[in-house]
Amino acid sequence: MLYSPVQPMHIPDGFLSLAISIICWVITASVLGLAISKTNKSLGEKQIPLMGVMAAFIFAAQMINFPVAGGTSGHLLGGALAAIVLGPWAGMLVMTSVIAVQGLLFQDGGLVVMGANILNMGLVTAAVGYGLYRSAASQSKSVKLGVAGVAAWLSVMTGALLTSLQLWLSGTSDLQVVIPAMLGVHALIGVGEALITVSALAFIIQTRPDLLAEGSESAKGSRNWVFVGGLIALVVVLFSPLASASPDGLERVATDMGFINASQSAPYSIIPDYTLPFLGETAISTILAGVIGVIVVGAVIVLVGRGIKARA
Amino acid sequence: MHFDAFDRYHEKESFLHRLDPRVKALVTVIFIVSNALLPDGAWLAFIFGWIFLIAANLLSQLGIGYTLKRSLVALPFALIAITVLFTIPGKPLFTFQLFASHFTVTDAGFLRFVSILIRSWLSVQMAILLVAVTRFPDLIHALEHLKVPAILTTIIAFLYRYLFVLTDEVFRLLRARESRSAATTGNRSGGGVLWRARVAGNMAGQLFLRSYERSDRIYNAMLSRGYSGHLYTLNAHEMKPRDYYVTALAIVVIFVTQILGRF
Repeated sequence: MLYSPVQPMHIPDGFLSLAISIICWVITASVLGLAISKTNKSLGEKQIPLMGVMAAFIFAAQMINFPVAGGTSGHLLGGALAAIVLGPWAGMLVMTSVIAVQGLLFQDGGLVVMGANILNMGLVTAAVGYGLYRSAASQSKSVKLGVAGVAAWLSVMTGALLTSLQLWLSGTSDLQVVIPAMLGVHALIGVGEALITVSALAFIIQTRPDLLAEGSESAKGSRNWVFVGGLIALVVVLFSPLASASPDGLERVATDMGFINASQSAPYSIIPDYTLPFLGETAISTILAGVIGVIVVGAVIVLVGRGIKARA
Repeated sequence: MHFDAFDRYHEKESFLHRLDPRVKALVTVIFIVSNALLPDGAWLAFIFGWIFLIAANLLSQLGIGYTLKRSLVALPFALIAITVLFTIPGKPLFTFQLFASHFTVTDAGFLRFVSILIRSWLSVQMAILLVAVTRFPDLIHALEHLKVPAILTTIIAFLYRYLFVLTDEVFRLLRARESRSAATTGNRSGGGVLWRARVAGNMAGQLFLRSYERSDRIYNAMLSRGYSGHLYTLNAHEMKPRDYYVTALAIVVIFVTQILGRF
C-alpha cells in the first residue's frame, strides 16, 4: 500500500458542524495569508521549488516508521520538524500543502473541514514546535535537542486537544470521552514524533549544520515566536489535565458562556422556517433568509446567462 | 515507481471527465457544505443526495457503485462519534452491558450518530469521484482559478510532481534498513525501541538532506530551461456553455435537497 493514513487526527467531512468548519477556515486563512505575505517578502524565486520538494519530503517522511510493540509503530507527523528546519512561515505553508493533498487526493481528511485540519496539524504544530525550539536557541546542542523533543511532543498534543474541542463543539463527540481518548492516544504518538524529530535534527546538525543556521530569522521575530509558541504550549499544559480531570467543569463553563448552544444546535438549521437562528425570529431574520434565497436564484440565472453568452 | 503511482484519476471519455475542473471542484464543495447543513434525520434529503451521487457516478461511466467501493476510508473515524449514542438525552432504545457498566442507546443519540455517518459518507464519496474524474494537475489549476494563492498551488504542484521520486527514496531507505536487520529465529533484530526510533530519525534526516540537495538540482535544471518564477500551462481551461448549465443545475438540485431536508 503506497499511502496509508497514519494520523487519527484527520477529520473527515460530516464530523464538524458547518459553523465550526467556517470559524476554523477563517482562522486558518488569516494565518496563511500572513504566512504567504511573510514568505513572499523574505524568500526569492528559488525557495518555491525548495518548499515544494520539502512538502514532498514531509509527505514521504511520514511513510518512515519504526516498530514499537505488538504490531504498532511510531511515525513522524512532521509539523514541528518542518517549522524548525524551514522556519515557521515556510513550515506552515509546507504542512498546509501536505494536508491539502492528503485531503484532496487521498480523502484523508475532508474538504470543508480542511480548515480545521490545517489549523490542528499544520499551523499550531508549527507555531508550538518552532516557538519552543527557538527559546533554546542560545543553549548547547543537547539542550536544544531536548527542547526540540518536548516541542514536538507538545505540538502533537496541541493538535489533538484542538481536534477534540472542535469535535465536541460540533456535537459529534462527548467531551468526557473525546479528550482523554485523543490526548491518551496522542501522548504515545507524540513520543514517536519527538524521538524521530530529535534524531533527525541531530543527524542534520551533524552532517549539514549550515542548513539550520542559515534558516534562522532575525532575533526580534524569534522572540515573538518564542512568546506565541510558549503561550500555546502553556495553555495546553495547564488546560489538558484540567480538561481531562473534569470535563464537566469545561462543559459548564461553555454552558455558562452560552456558546455550547450556539455551537451545537444552530449549525444544523441555518434557515429553519426561513429565519436565521442567530438573529432570532425577527423581521430582519426573515428578510435575510429571503436575501439568501434571492442570491441562490440570482446565481443560477447569472450562470445560465453566461452559458448562453459563451455559446454565442 | 511510475509517475502516476499516486494518481486516483481514471481515464474515460465521459461527460464528467470533460467538464471544467472548476465546476467539478465547486459543485463538490457545495455538495459537502449542503450535507453539513442538513438537519439530523433528514432522510428524504439524504436519499436525494444519494440519488445525486449515483447519477454523478453513472455520468462518470465509472459504474454505479464506483465511489461506494472506495468510500470506507473515513469509516474508522466513526468511532469518535460513537459516544453520542449514549450521551444525548432521549427515549432509551436498548441497554447493554460491557465491562461491568451499562450503556443505554437513546433514540435521539441513534438518530444523531446515523446522521453524522450518512453526512460523512455522502461527502467522502463525492470527493472520491472528484479526483477520479479530474487529473490532479487540472484540479490544482482549477484551485488557482478559484483564487487559491499561487504560492500554495505551486507548492502543491511540486509536491505532487516529486512525491513519487521521494517515495522511491523512502523505499530505498526502508530496503536498506531491512537488508541490514538480519534476525535469527527467536531473536528479534535491532536494539530497543529507542535505538529503533533513532534509526528512523536518521532515515528522516537522511531523506531531508537528499530532498534538500535534490531541490537545488531541480532549481538549476528549471533555471536552465528558462524558469523566471512563474509556471505556465498549455492546458488553459475555458468555461463552456455546458459548464455553466451544469453548475446552475447542480445548485438547483442541492437547494432542493436543502428544502427537502427541512420537511
